[in-house]
Amino acid sequence: MSAAVPVTVRSTTRGSRAVGMLRATGPAGIASAIVIAVATFVALFGPLLAPYPPDLPNLSLAWVGPTGGHLLGFDFQGRDVLSRLLAGAQTAMLGPLAVVIVSVTAGTLIAVTAAWRRGATDAVISSGLDILFAFPGILFAVLAAAVFGAGLAAASIALSIAYMPYVARVLRGAALKERSQPYVAALEVQGASATSICLRHLVPNIAPLIVAQATILFGYAMVDLAAISFLGLGVQPPNPNWGVMISENQSGILQGYPLPALAAGVCIVTVVIAVNVLGERLFDQAQAGRI
Amino acid sequence: MLVASLLVASFVIFAALYLAPGNPLAALSGGRSLPPASIAVLEQRYHLNEPFLAQYWYWLDNALHGNLGISITLRENVSTLIASRIWTTAGLVLYAALIILVLGIGIGLVSGLRPGVLDTGTLVTTAVSAAIPAFVAAIVLILLFAVKLGWFPALGNGTDLLSNIRHFTLPAVALATASLAIVARVTRASVREEGDREHVQTAVSRGIPPRNVIQRHILRNAAIPITTITGITIASLIAVAAVVEVAFSLNGLGAYLVQSAQSKDLAVVQGISLVLVTAFVLVNLLVDVMYAVLDPRVALGSRAQ
Repeated sequence: MSAAVPVTVRSTTRGSRAVGMLRATGPAGIASAIVIAVATFVALFGPLLAPYPPDLPNLSLAWVGPTGGHLLGFDFQGRDVLSRLLAGAQTAMLGPLAVVIVSVTAGTLIAVTAAWRRGATDAVISSGLDILFAFPGILFAVLAAAVFGAGLAAASIALSIAYMPYVARVLRGAALKERSQPYVAALEVQGASATSICLRHLVPNIAPLIVAQATILFGYAMVDLAAISFLGLGVQPPNPNWGVMISENQSGILQGYPLPALAAGVCIVTVVIAVNVLGERLFDQAQAGRI
Repeated sequence: MLVASLLVASFVIFAALYLAPGNPLAALSGGRSLPPASIAVLEQRYHLNEPFLAQYWYWLDNALHGNLGISITLRENVSTLIASRIWTTAGLVLYAALIILVLGIGIGLVSGLRPGVLDTGTLVTTAVSAAIPAFVAAIVLILLFAVKLGWFPALGNGTDLLSNIRHFTLPAVALATASLAIVARVTRASVREEGDREHVQTAVSRGIPPRNVIQRHILRNAAIPITTITGITIASLIAVAAVVEVAFSLNGLGAYLVQSAQSKDLAVVQGISLVLVTAFVLVNLLVDVMYAVLDPRVALGSRAQ
């Protein structure tokens, strides 16, 4: 341990703080952020960007390879693969986003409550979280599909619940550390309310860790939701989705037409690599207290 | 803690399917309308008119005695149906666990102890393979090793032990891909961290042979985080196995669970969920026992960090 404590000057406005966090992740982090930005743009405008209707089958073109106007060829029903990839980004990206928003909001709330109250409340919350750990996310999502029927909504809600204890556990540690800082006691002495201290000081101070946690979680949610759709329990065909595209074109692998399934796989892997690299770097920086 | 986890999990499984839309009587009769006398008999036999908690208790009691009810679609005991498929899933998960233990920890140790080009290569490779979902790994492996090279069969279970191993190799590798990379990365990081500690540097500067330093000081301390990550990833394979079983058309519990979820065969969904959650909790228990073996301080009552 060195004696000199590094002093971080935090930017005051939200925008410049976000830029500072991103800059701290280095070139690999920035490259990942660009990939994520492109994927988000496609998720928002994909159906408009698609050169052909993504749901229009033409069986005479089934498994036809790339041609001039159709860069990635046609799938098992003769639909344009590129158009389905662009349109399928929507469900592939929005599902994980919903999971992350719900589980990180709930997880933060629980973690901050446990850390603020300490004592018995903390003990009850912590053992509750330990018990909830017994449910793997995918299994919970399959259970939800059996009860409420297959679909993206049921799977997303199930994953949000399954991920929540992971978020709460990591953030509880950070919130407990922040809770014992002298400035919190000082604010309490001045008569500031618990809600105001938490919302205006404690949560903003652990925000880098929350952002890092949310980024890492997005990758897990994307893989798990794509897996649920691959299993036929998430997004329902003929709606375009990257997970669905792999499952519906899997027969092409054995017949020598692997392109449609592989293209969807490459999309998933690319976004997940970007999210993992960015999340890991943000997490390291946040742990070191540099952002 | 273990019993509490299992109780809560079993309660969630029962409650979720109790709340599922649809009348159990209609399911039992196959949709036909029944005379009041048979309705009364059925309600009594399946405790349908008793309170929710009593029904949960009957279900749990039966489950503990190995009676998980009857599949609506196949009209067979759920326990029999599970027993005939459990070894496929267990074999698949154990095979993948073996790959993770040998390759994941092995690669992590080598790259942690020997910085250089190999180490950088490992970092990049594992960053990519940690992002490959099991079903994407499955289609790539089928394409390369079954369709192009023909070394392994693409689909199915196999008949005897030798052909089982051949049939299970690609699925096990697909299941292990992402976890292997994560285990290798954590192993590498913890070996590196322990190697940088002051007592290790002191031991090196005192001229203690590298082999002893590695065995006594680096590996013993790095063993705890390595055990944690290996345990977590292997436990998670139990659920992910479903994806691999579907991709390779293996006749295992996970594939059957998915199929039953689609056909709303709720007794089967309950039974398999219960078995998988129990396995998940048991693997986590095994990890806790391993802590005590690896680190004597844990046995004194403190928790492994």
